[in-house]
Amino acid sequence: MKVNAYLRPDGRIGVRNHVVVLPAVLCANEIARRIADAVEGAVALPHAGGCTCGEDVARTERVMAGLGSHPNVAGALVLGLGCENCDSEKVAREIAERCPSKPLERLVIQEVGVSRAIREGTAILEKMVRKASGEKRAEVDLAGLTLALECGGSDATSGLAANPALGVAVDRLIAEGGSAMFSETTEAIGTAHLLARRAASGQVAERIVQTIDRAEGRMVPLLAPGEHFLTSGNVAGGLTTLEEKSLGCICKTGSAPITEVVEYGVRPRAKGLVLVDGTGFDVPSMTGMVAAGAQVVAFTTGKGSPVGYPIAPVVKITGNPGTYERLEEIIDVNAATITRGEKDVREVGEEIFREVVAVCGGKPTRSETFGFHDFSIATLAGAYAGV
Amino acid sequence: MTNRLAIQINASDNVVTLVDEAQAGDHVRFITSDGPQELPVLDDVPFGHKVAVREIAAGERIVKYHEAIGRASRAIRPGEHVHVHNVESAVQGGAK
Repeated sequence: MKVNAYLRPDGRIGVRNHVVVLPAVLCANEIARRIADAVEGAVALPHAGGCTCGEDVARTERVMAGLGSHPNVAGALVLGLGCENCDSEKVAREIAERCPSKPLERLVIQEVGVSRAIREGTAILEKMVRKASGEKRAEVDLAGLTLALECGGSDATSGLAANPALGVAVDRLIAEGGSAMFSETTEAIGTAHLLARRAASGQVAERIVQTIDRAEGRMVPLLAPGEHFLTSGNVAGGLTTLEEKSLGCICKTGSAPITEVVEYGVRPRAKGLVLVDGTGFDVPSMTGMVAAGAQVVAFTTGKGSPVGYPIAPVVKITGNPGTYERLEEIIDVNAATITRGEKDVREVGEEIFREVVAVCGGKPTRSETFGFHDFSIATLAGAYAGV
Repeated sequence: MTNRLAIQINASDNVVTLVDEAQAGDHVRFITSDGPQELPVLDDVPFGHKVAVREIAAGERIVKYHEAIGRASRAIRPGEHVHVHNVESAVQGGAK
């Protein structure tokens, strides 16, 4: 099956053609925004990292390089402040190594001054946008697509309608040779034994169990006394076991074998279904998967989350009839037909698959129409990240 | 006779989940790939809770999402409420 997309020199396919400013640190965010706001068609990716410690520095650099070299990105400006821990020169070098022909520039605010950084940054982006607007879509094989799977603002309908239907769409995409990623490791607690059975090899099975155990080990000390992953509210709502609760989230991965486990923002080698170790928070979780190469996101919501993403379209799906009525303006696929007993999970799964392909071919999503650009990078140290 | 709506997520599942509230004697109605099916409910079952659609023996897997969400701690009849009173988790600390 074919999709209308941008074929990049590195062989990857892009479904959008964005020009981005990548600030290397929180303190460069405002200037990055100022530059991007001055140029129609450009977007800034502001975040709270950059002067973090330990693994978080490597993470920020890896994510920035992953986003700068992303096939949905037609040109990138790396914007350093100068004194940050995050090495903006290294980030730019990595982008250049992965994508030698992609327009790429780097500016350091403490070297050139604020006004000059804004002036030069704006000129750089204008040139990149002009070049990008000349690029054309072509018919390419759907097998080059990777779909990131996410949920946010979940409720009982997520596990009953939207997520199972998304699982059907994922099976369909993988059958066409495409790939998918999931990353909510903390929500997989309780399903390690079930996911390990779906591993493509013994080594992958071991990585799945280790990754979920590590997340559980990090989370347990944060729980309040008596607090449990399966709450009394969950049980009153009808969830019987932790496996059932976690499967309500995990079922959006469908039934394909899990071919690889990678760290947050790391590009996998394997095709098929990949676990990207990440977080239960939707926005930073999307970053982990997009930096790892996903070009499009399928996002299920029960209560109705408006989030979008700056460089990848987000296809929003709800299984809640009331949410669809109230928030139809942010929903791309209505899975409430399952909850109402009008359609079965397979039919809606096919609708999601068709919508994802249409969006990859250029159809704007609802969050793109609004211009929502939610962005954040997950850090391990959280509020203690600064040094 | 009142029909109450439920969802069977996968054809291999031996439970369906109510998106309605049911009282003993009501029928649950759910869509399968072979068309709609109906089954009388034996207990009062709240919204979001599960009902067995087949005979489930003690120790047998409770299947939802085409996966085992636990095991029956006693025999369960079709139409019976399936919850913590007749299901055991395989996960330590995973409730009951």
